[in-house]
Amino acid sequence: MSEFPSREPHAECPEASRSRIPVDVQQRHPRLTIPFAPSRLRVSELPSRLRVSEFPSRLRVSEFPNPDTPLPNCGHSGFDIITEIVIFVTIAGARSKCGIPHVLRRCTDPLVLITLNTVMIFKTFPGGVHPAEQKELSEHCAFEIMPDPDVVILPLSQHLGKQARPLVEKRAVVVKGQVVAEADGFISAPVHSPVNGTVKSIGRESNASGFVKDALVIIPTAPAEGEEAPAPQFLPPLDAATVSPADIRARVKEAGIVGQGGAAFPTFVKLSPPEGKTIEVVILNGCECEPYLTRDHRFMLERPEAIVGGLQLIMRALGVRKGAIGIENNKPDAIEAMRRAVQGVEGLEVVALKTKYPQGAEKMLIKAVNGREVPVGKLPLDVGAVIQNIGTAVAVFDAVTKGEPSLTAALTVTGHGIRTPKNLIVPVGTPLRNVIAYCGGLTDDAAKVIVGGPMMGVAQHDLSAPVMKATSGIVVLTKAQARAEEETACLRCGKCIDACPLHLQPTRLARTSQLGMLEQAEEYGITVCMECGSCAYTCPAHIPLVQWLRLGKQKVIQMQRKRSATA
Amino acid sequence: MSTVTVSEAGGGRDLVITTSPHMHSRWTTRQVMWFVVLSLLPCVISAVVFFGVGQLLVIGSAVLFAVGTEALIQYLTKKPIAIRDGSAVITGLLLGLVLPPNFSPVFTALGAIFSIAVGKMVFGGLGYNIFNPALAGRAFLQAAFPVAITTWTMPHFAVDTVSKATPLAAFKFDHVLTGMQPLVVGNVGGSLGETSAIAVLIGGGFLLVTRVANWRIPLSMLVGVLLFGGIIWLIDPAAPNPLFHVFAGSFLFGAMFMATDYVTSPVTNLGLWIYGMGISLIIVLIRVYGGLPEGVMYSILFMNAFVPLINRYTRPKIFGEVA
Repeated sequence: MSEFPSREPHAECPEASRSRIPVDVQQRHPRLTIPFAPSRLRVSELPSRLRVSEFPSRLRVSEFPNPDTPLPNCGHSGFDIITEIVIFVTIAGARSKCGIPHVLRRCTDPLVLITLNTVMIFKTFPGGVHPAEQKELSEHCAFEIMPDPDVVILPLSQHLGKQARPLVEKRAVVVKGQVVAEADGFISAPVHSPVNGTVKSIGRESNASGFVKDALVIIPTAPAEGEEAPAPQFLPPLDAATVSPADIRARVKEAGIVGQGGAAFPTFVKLSPPEGKTIEVVILNGCECEPYLTRDHRFMLERPEAIVGGLQLIMRALGVRKGAIGIENNKPDAIEAMRRAVQGVEGLEVVALKTKYPQGAEKMLIKAVNGREVPVGKLPLDVGAVIQNIGTAVAVFDAVTKGEPSLTAALTVTGHGIRTPKNLIVPVGTPLRNVIAYCGGLTDDAAKVIVGGPMMGVAQHDLSAPVMKATSGIVVLTKAQARAEEETACLRCGKCIDACPLHLQPTRLARTSQLGMLEQAEEYGITVCMECGSCAYTCPAHIPLVQWLRLGKQKVIQMQRKRSATA
Repeated sequence: MSTVTVSEAGGGRDLVITTSPHMHSRWTTRQVMWFVVLSLLPCVISAVVFFGVGQLLVIGSAVLFAVGTEALIQYLTKKPIAIRDGSAVITGLLLGLVLPPNFSPVFTALGAIFSIAVGKMVFGGLGYNIFNPALAGRAFLQAAFPVAITTWTMPHFAVDTVSKATPLAAFKFDHVLTGMQPLVVGNVGGSLGETSAIAVLIGGGFLLVTRVANWRIPLSMLVGVLLFGGIIWLIDPAAPNPLFHVFAGSFLFGAMFMATDYVTSPVTNLGLWIYGMGISLIIVLIRVYGGLPEGVMYSILFMNAFVPLINRYTRPKIFGEVA
């Protein structure tokens, strides 16, 4: 049996001020209730005497603060989805990772010192899967800045929306930071030259999404002997403390910043919500739920102030007073770093989330952070939330405070098929081949090169495709990992239905897609699918469910277009 | 999954191209099936312990003819021979284990052939059958050889060697209630694999712990049998108590191994509850009011028929769907 810190520190306990308290196994204690009260709680407000045997068995032990530490995330409505409450304590002076009951069972001494450290409440959504994380390959590698490559391939469409319109001719000399293509329309983004160099050609080049699209090819030029490189054309720095919302939006637009979460939606558009929508909260996505990738993790460790600064700028641009940073609990150091960075900043909080794929999907993140479900066919905006990626916040901060446009991509180069996994800052347009070479090259058994994460990324056939603004990683798998299991008939085990975070029936949808039963596919919600891959990950029959769903989704969307055209 | 290997443009290295996701859980169809086979071994052992080594002839005949029939049909229809996935082995084992001790191996073989040919392959093979193949085979044998299939040899260590019947038949026809201890251990009359609750629970527990079987089916059946059995017992004191329903006959075996068959059970969580409770309701009704002492087989087959309908009407609410 243990005793949690009571409201008055024990006079007889010299370490009471550090919340060390004696445990008397002989004493009788009232039963434990973990308070799910919808108000902010402090550690000291937990029932002062708790019976350890009545702890949920999942309680685990480690970490630290004082009794006045607020219990994180007790101020929201989303309590139905809390899956785990973890109380971190130190027992008998030793940090322990096993459960309190287990530790106490091993302790023969009835008087054991227990230090209550942190109470963490992990939230999540129903469904999802747990792929092997594989983050240890690169999570301890600090960002390195990769030097300019020998060639830069700059796709004009590195964002969702209309491709940019080129402003330079062949053989033009360009300077780092110069706008080489301008935004064309509202949903579009300008492209800047990431290097000093000469435009070699403007033509069709393959890109990492597997398409061949218009791109500028620039040959970087080193400054001649004894000469200074021309100064990069950055935008004038603005004062983050006083900049106006309109100026922030204008800067984000000019800097060509696109969402770093994968879809590459122009950030400026997200900062200009339509009239009449009220936004309550900006949520930064620090989940990084894709296995292998550690870019956002490194950002949170290395640039927490930039992230908080960027978040505040985004909040100001939207006129929002509340900000949250959602981080999966497999990154305790990032949670700690971000908690330190938001300390004393009003309106900001860090929300620890359960590690589960796809926790970082917009809808899942909102569900976990404030318990709201984005209605089918609607946007996060419609439930008062705007989601931005950690990397986007950093880019916004740099664009405003340093005037730096979107010239580089931060990415994780990792996997068992790469010799030296690294986290890199790479000039946009650098061919994958150069990045891989910079990381020691491929191993002999490397077989699959994926741009993005292994759950949603795109397998590459051409390593001369360039890194783009929103490229978050290059994952190289070995032959053994890339080996495909034989596909069998569907066993109707229902594992895909359990795994689908959107509560669809992937097996049924795949079947309708195969048979071309588009009306039924529509009725069963095929267009809701976000292609996260949880179903295909879990399928014992190894049916390429995502492939069928993607195909069916396209056909249903075509059918809907045709229907509305004739209507 | 179909994969394409391309020579990387200009690089000379072969790269594998597939759609996402590029990671996969450890599960494969074959692994699932062999886990089920493994989970049935305790029941095979209990059959040998209580009814003698000769029972391996019955079980062996069922497995051999189930696998052989599947291979033959796949060969004749020019389909890939898929017997290594283990599903026919399961059907054979299940059929063998629900037959009476010392059942004729020839009849068993006929049952196994029926199980695979009519219970499974005519529907299109693995994944497409409506009825549990092993139970379909047993239902065939019940119809074809009604006397042989109700002739019970008593186990070696039977406490009560006088009544040559199963506990359920003893209760139904002679109003003799078998005690709980022999039901749990398994030294009572009954089908080969079903008599020992301990063996069934070890195997079933393994399936639940490894998450091969969906826990909702055994749980909903248990809740259902206690609920419906309990109600009838309260109304009619002559009816057996609900715990007897659980431990006598093939209730546990059916709940763990027969009803949990993926192919013939619903895929939605709510559907699984309806399915499990429905099976239990019919079991209780047959046992208490029907002409037969046991009703697990017919109950499961009956509910199998409703699975497509259950799936259709228990579609889960899509995330963000406005009702």
